[in-house]
Amino acid sequence: MNTAPSQPIVRLHDVSIFYGRVQAVHEVTMDFPRQQVIALIGPSGCGKSTLLRALNRMNDLVDGVRTTGRIELEGENLNQPGVDVIQLRRRVGMVFQKSNPFPKTIYENVIYGLRIQGVKDKSLLDEVVEKSLTSAALWDEVKDRLHTSALQLSGGQMQRLCIARCIAVNPEIILMDEPCSALDPRSTIRIEDLIDELRNTYTIIIVTHNMQQASRVSDHTAFLYEGHLVEYDQTDKIFTKPAQKRTEDYITGRFG
Amino acid sequence: MLRLGTRKLLDRSFTGMGVLSIVLLAAALLILLAPICLRGISAYVFQGTVEFRRVALEKFQRGDREELKREQAAAARARQPVFAALAAFKKDLDAMPFAERKKYKTDFAAVQDAVKDLLGPLPGEEAPLLMRSQYGQTRWDRAQVKIQQVLFAEDYDFSGGGLGRKVLKPRLEKFRGTKLEPLFAAIEKNASEMLRPQWTFYGRFLTDASHDAHFFGGIGPEVLGTLYLTLGAILFAVPMGVIAAIYLVEYARENRLVRVLRVCISTLAGVPSIVFGLFGLAFFINAAHLSENKSVLAGSLTLGLLILPTIIRASEEALRAVPATYKQAALSLGAGQWHAVRSVILPAALPGILTGVIISMGRAAGETAPIIFTAAVSVGKPLTLLQTFTQPTPALPWNIYNLCSEHVAVDEIRHVQYGMVFSLVLLVLLLNLAAIIVRARISRKLRT
Repeated sequence: MNTAPSQPIVRLHDVSIFYGRVQAVHEVTMDFPRQQVIALIGPSGCGKSTLLRALNRMNDLVDGVRTTGRIELEGENLNQPGVDVIQLRRRVGMVFQKSNPFPKTIYENVIYGLRIQGVKDKSLLDEVVEKSLTSAALWDEVKDRLHTSALQLSGGQMQRLCIARCIAVNPEIILMDEPCSALDPRSTIRIEDLIDELRNTYTIIIVTHNMQQASRVSDHTAFLYEGHLVEYDQTDKIFTKPAQKRTEDYITGRFG
Repeated sequence: MLRLGTRKLLDRSFTGMGVLSIVLLAAALLILLAPICLRGISAYVFQGTVEFRRVALEKFQRGDREELKREQAAAARARQPVFAALAAFKKDLDAMPFAERKKYKTDFAAVQDAVKDLLGPLPGEEAPLLMRSQYGQTRWDRAQVKIQQVLFAEDYDFSGGGLGRKVLKPRLEKFRGTKLEPLFAAIEKNASEMLRPQWTFYGRFLTDASHDAHFFGGIGPEVLGTLYLTLGAILFAVPMGVIAAIYLVEYARENRLVRVLRVCISTLAGVPSIVFGLFGLAFFINAAHLSENKSVLAGSLTLGLLILPTIIRASEEALRAVPATYKQAALSLGAGQWHAVRSVILPAALPGILTGVIISMGRAAGETAPIIFTAAVSVGKPLTLLQTFTQPTPALPWNIYNLCSEHVAVDEIRHVQYGMVFSLVLLVLLLNLAAIIVRARISRKLRT
C-alpha cells in the first residue's frame, strides 16, 4: 500500500443516506484511521447500522435506499456507479448481529470466500482454514471436527466462525454490526478479546449498543444521534470528558 | 371469558374431531386401496394353466421346453375324451336327417365354441388367425368361467312376464343319450387335468410386451411409456420452473409486470388438464410441428406445462424460506448474486423444491387428459429413446381407461386392468419414495 500508515483508511465526506424520502443519515463527515477499532454508538434507529452498511454497499440489497456524498476507501470513492461491489466486499468484510454460518461444514464455511474466488489448491485452503480459525480463537475447539456441520456449534462459536470466515478472504476492514448482542457474557468476552487481537492486522468498525463494550474495545468512538454525527473522538475522551452535552447524557444513561 | 371447564371441553372436542377426521381419511384410503391392491396383485400372482406356460415358451421364450412337452402330452391325454366326443357327435350330426340336425346344430356349435375357448383349437384344426383363438385359457380363474359356459346355456325364463329372468340351463339335458353326453362329465371332473393349473408368480407382467390387445403378456410398453412421459415432463419443467422461481424471488423487482406474471402462474395452475391437452395438440403438434402426429415428446412437453406452475410455486416458497442472512453472508464475502444463489440459497432450498417435484411427478405419471391428445395410443411396442421424439406410446393412465371402455372383450382382461391400476399406484409410490429418500438425505446433510 502506498499510503502512509497515518493516513485514514476510509474517509466519509458529507454522506447522507435516505430510505425513500426519509433521511436516516445526515451529512456525516468522518475519517476512520487505519488498524484501529472504531465504535459507532447511539440509540436505536440513529443510523449507525445504516452508515456501517454503506461502507460495503450492503444497503444496495434494500430497495429504495439512496446514498449521497463521498465514501473513500484508500482515496477511491466507492459510492458511485461502476464500482466493482464484489471486489469492494472482499476488501471490506462484515460480521452480522445474528451469527449466520451457512448450512455447510465448518471447513466449507471458512473457505467459502476463497471458493467463490475459484481457489482450488487444497493445501492452500487447509492453511487458510487453520490460520483463520486460529486468528478467530476457534481452532482448538473445532480442529477435530472441521467436516461436521457448522450449525452444531454454540452461538458464540458460530459468531467466531463467522469472523474466521470473514478474515479468510483477508479483508482490510472488518465491519461488525452488534456482533455480541445475541451472545452470553462469556462468549461476549471472548469476542472482545478477539477484537483486541485483530486490531493489529485489520481496521475494525463496530456498531454496539453496549457502552462498556465500546469503552473496552475501541480506540475511537463516534456518537450518532438521529442520523447526525454528534461527536467523534478518542474513546477515552468520549467516555471521560465528552465535549457535547448529548453525548454525556447518552453515555451516562440519561436517555437512549 | 369462557369458564375453564368449557375451554377444556372445547379443546377436547376439537382434538377428538381432528383424530376422527384422520381416522376417516385413513379408512377411506384403505377401502380405496385394498381392492385395487388385491385385484391388482392377481395380475402378478395367479393360477396359471398349461396354456399360460405355452404362451410363455412360444411368445416369450421362457420355460423348459421338455417339461412343457410332457405337460402338454398329459393334458392332451386328459382332453382326449372331450375331443373324441365332439368328433363322434359331429359324425352323427352330419348323418342325421335335416329336421333332426336342425334341433342340435346351434347348440352343438355353442358347445364346440365354448370348448375351443377353454382348451384352444381342436386337434387337426387349421391354426386360427387371432392369437386369442390359438390358445386355451391361460388363467384358472378365467377357465372356471369358461367351464360354466360349456356346461350351462344362458336362457331366459319368461313365465314371470316382462323381460324375463336369466337362468342357466345345463346343456347336458339337450344332449342326453347322444355321443356328446360324456363330454360334459369329462369337463366337469377333469378340467384341472386338462389345464393343469399351478400357482404362478408372473413378475415379468410389469415389463413384458402385450400380445393380441392385452389378451396375453404384460404391460411393459405402458410402463415404459409412462416413465418416458413422466421423466420427459420433469426434465422440461424442473429446470424451467426452478429458473423461473429464482428469477421471481431473487432478481425480479416488485412491479406491475411481475405481479401480472404471478397471477398468470396461479391461473395456469387452475386450468383443467383437458385444456392443456388441447393446447398441446394445437401448439406442439399442429402449429409447431414437433412431430407428425402424437409423440412422447409432445406429450412430455404438455405434461411439463401442466406441472410447471406447481413446480414454480413450490420452488418460490422454498427459496423464500431460506433465511435472508445466508444471502447477506454470501454477498458480504464477495459473492455475486448468482454465486450466492447457486452455492448457498439453492442448496438450502433444495428439499422444498424436491417436495414440489415429487408432487408433480406423481401428477404427471397419472394425468390422462393431456396425453390423450398428444401422446397416447392404445396398443404399441416399447419405444427406444430415439423413437420418443416421433412415436406415440401406450401409457398406464390412458390404457386403464381404454381397456375398460373400448376393448373388445373387457371381461376377459379384467386382471390386466387391475394390474395396470395397481402398477400405476405402485409406480407413483415408488417414485415418491425414491424422491423422499433423496430429500431426507439432503435435509440431513444440511442440518447436521
